[in-house]
Amino acid sequence: MAINKKAKDIFASPVASAIAVIIAILWTIPTFGLLVSSIRPEQDINQSGWWTFFTNPSFTLDNYSQVLFQGSSTNPPLFQFFFNSFALTLPAVIFPITLALFAAYALAWFDFRGKDTIFFIIFGLQVVPLQLTLIPLLQLFSKGLVIGGVTLIPDLGITGTFIPIWIAHTIFGLPLAVFLLHNFLSQIPRELIEAGRVDGANWFTLFSKIVLPLSVPAIASFSIFQFLWVWNDLLVGLTFGGGVKQVAPMTVRIAEMVGSRGSGWELLTAGAFVSMIVPLIVFFALQRYFVRGLLAGSVKG
Amino acid sequence: MINTAFVAARKTPWEVIFPNLILLIVSLVAFAAIVYLVFLLASRVNVRVQEWLKYAVFLAPAVLLLLVGLVYPTLRTLVMSFMNADSTEFVGLDNYVWSFTIPEILIVLRNTAIWVLVVPILSTLLGLAIAYMTDRMKRPGIVKSLIFLPMAISFVGAGVIWKFVYSFQPNLDKPDIGLFSALSKAIGVNPPNWLLEAPMNTLLLILVMIWIQTGFCMVVISAAMKNVPDEVVEAAMLDGAGNWKRFLRVTIPMIRSTVIVVLTTTAIGTLKVFDIVRTMTGGLLCVLPIIAYNIRQLRRERTER
Repeated sequence: MAINKKAKDIFASPVASAIAVIIAILWTIPTFGLLVSSIRPEQDINQSGWWTFFTNPSFTLDNYSQVLFQGSSTNPPLFQFFFNSFALTLPAVIFPITLALFAAYALAWFDFRGKDTIFFIIFGLQVVPLQLTLIPLLQLFSKGLVIGGVTLIPDLGITGTFIPIWIAHTIFGLPLAVFLLHNFLSQIPRELIEAGRVDGANWFTLFSKIVLPLSVPAIASFSIFQFLWVWNDLLVGLTFGGGVKQVAPMTVRIAEMVGSRGSGWELLTAGAFVSMIVPLIVFFALQRYFVRGLLAGSVKG
Repeated sequence: MINTAFVAARKTPWEVIFPNLILLIVSLVAFAAIVYLVFLLASRVNVRVQEWLKYAVFLAPAVLLLLVGLVYPTLRTLVMSFMNADSTEFVGLDNYVWSFTIPEILIVLRNTAIWVLVVPILSTLLGLAIAYMTDRMKRPGIVKSLIFLPMAISFVGAGVIWKFVYSFQPNLDKPDIGLFSALSKAIGVNPPNWLLEAPMNTLLLILVMIWIQTGFCMVVISAAMKNVPDEVVEAAMLDGAGNWKRFLRVTIPMIRSTVIVVLTTTAIGTLKVFDIVRTMTGGLLCVLPIIAYNIRQLRRERTER
């Protein structure tokens, strides 16, 4: 105990702490600059650096009201995209977690041949780069699936709606979700499951009465993960949205605003901050669960 | 006539949102209803049917989706990379040989290699250093949160943030709005056009990726450091090992496997750099990770030209 205390004292170097604090400040300045800029009037943003705000403060919410509610003849206002992001994310979190929880339950507790192989393949699918599957998957949505003249999946006519994006996110989220939830579900004590079986519970009641309530923490961790991933995604929304503004998420609109010369910094800074606000709230409110999910995925794996 | 078409094309936001909202609600309700009904029915059929039904309900949906959505597309892309432009003839390694002789693609490969090497190494080193420093702090909470924060921001958002930092004012008499330009003027150097000058622009984009990834490295490594038993560190201390030696000889070897995991994860994450590059440079070909299919497309474009 005495040694331990001494060790802590020697380790607690004020220089190291000071450096860590400086790094943290440096890390925050870019984001902070964006936030400060977004509340300055258009004139000031384009005429002076955001740091002059502190010597010459000027404050307005016009940028936000303009970017959120004023559309043009070709571009709808940002709140429509905000809704799209929300409508994309909700099912794209619920669907993969439900299906992954089912699969993880089967892989952890059913006895059948080849279950280790299936689990290993699903685990391995995590490394498949998204880009490799984009074009075949897009063709699948637009033309259906025909192998050797046999139509396995017909053309469903869902291009240009949310549905392809939901399905794509579900597919891309499944490998990690199955892996993490399987790690968690296989730690449920065997006695608990067997006691349930002895009491005459079938596999379905067992799932809803014992497994589901026990896996709430794991579900929470992965939900945050999947939520941030889907909300922040650009590539999947861009490709599977079919270039249609009606279903494009906020990231697609912001990326477009950066590209077009028409939008100045006053709209861009406010727009970017609107797109960041939901993940930031989730991040600060649920940081502990997020870190837990992160560690489950990388340290134990 | 023209007038009505014009009006029809310009729906108000609410006219777009409303049907979308209906679709969202219907889909969620339908999904919940299907799951509920399947469970209700499945738990009432006799035990022998349940024995195979449980695979159909629990395992089949995920496995089928992965087969159709990941396994099949990957294999298809792979097979097509060995075929000619119409996918009618097997051409062996021709496409690959061709792609390794095209200057554009060689540049892409070189840049991809730079990204995949530099980003993981630098962010892991930085994350390791910060984890070590905060490990000795009394209240590391805020410091860690701030460094971790970019993880929650989308690549597009990060692109906007840093584009603002790098923004360039060609007119020297006007005040700068970009932080980098202002700083470089403050030390008496005329700022370059940060994102246009190679090879500096690649380095500046890499800096953005490091800014995002360092927090992840720090959090994971710091958790591993907490698991290093106090006794081991104390033993090294009693043997007279100094701070630095203790870090190199005791801490690092004990968290080695975690560091390797972090390096690998960051490298895979770096391959998704598409969003940043597209946002900040408008999608210059130079840093996109390439795949066999893109090569085929590029080939088609080049032959058409």
